[in-house]
Amino acid sequence: FTSSSGPGSAPGGGGLGGADPQLQRFIEVETQKQRFQQLVHQMTELCWEKCMDKPGPKLDSRAETCFVNCVERFIDTSQFILNRLEQTQKSKSAFSESLSD
Amino acid sequence: MESGFGSDFGSDFGSGGGGGGKLDPGLIMEQVKVQIAVANAQELLQRMTDKCFRKCIGKPGGSLDNSEQKCIAMCMDRYMDAWNTVSRAYNSRLQRERANM
Repeated sequence: FTSSSGPGSAPGGGGLGGADPQLQRFIEVETQKQRFQQLVHQMTELCWEKCMDKPGPKLDSRAETCFVNCVERFIDTSQFILNRLEQTQKSKSAFSESLSD
Repeated sequence: MESGFGSDFGSDFGSGGGGGGKLDPGLIMEQVKVQIAVANAQELLQRMTDKCFRKCIGKPGGSLDNSEQKCIAMCMDRYMDAWNTVSRAYNSRLQRERANM
């Protein structure tokens, strides 16, 4: 598979909104914002399971700390996975080159 | 569809995009922003409903009793608190990552 990491802006903007740079910029910005929002939704859902027992009258400091840690560890996990995947792909690169022939 | 889309925008931007232009890019951007906001609100509501149902409703009875309703109300507020905490934490992490680059 191809790893498509990075900001993900379409190369050579001949596609959507290609006629207007303002529109293209708008699409880039909104896409970025949406990626952020989606991750917040996802992490809130995951961390709720880990950090919340019974909903009380307010978010106590222990739960709040748990949520913050949860976010940090989630990002760490994501980075760890990407890094390790990159490493294992590098060490296998000679193998996969012979495969693609 | 794609070429038609491109040519409409092209002619509109050529004429300066104001007055009697058929497709105002500013208006479209505003409409898109609204749609995105609506989609995000729906996503939030859907996940909140899921989580609060799990936390607050035991064996489903003939109606929502008072304690269940109170629980749901508190749960909604706590979920919002959690969402905001996660959003802030994620934002901080992103800024920290950018500062380290």
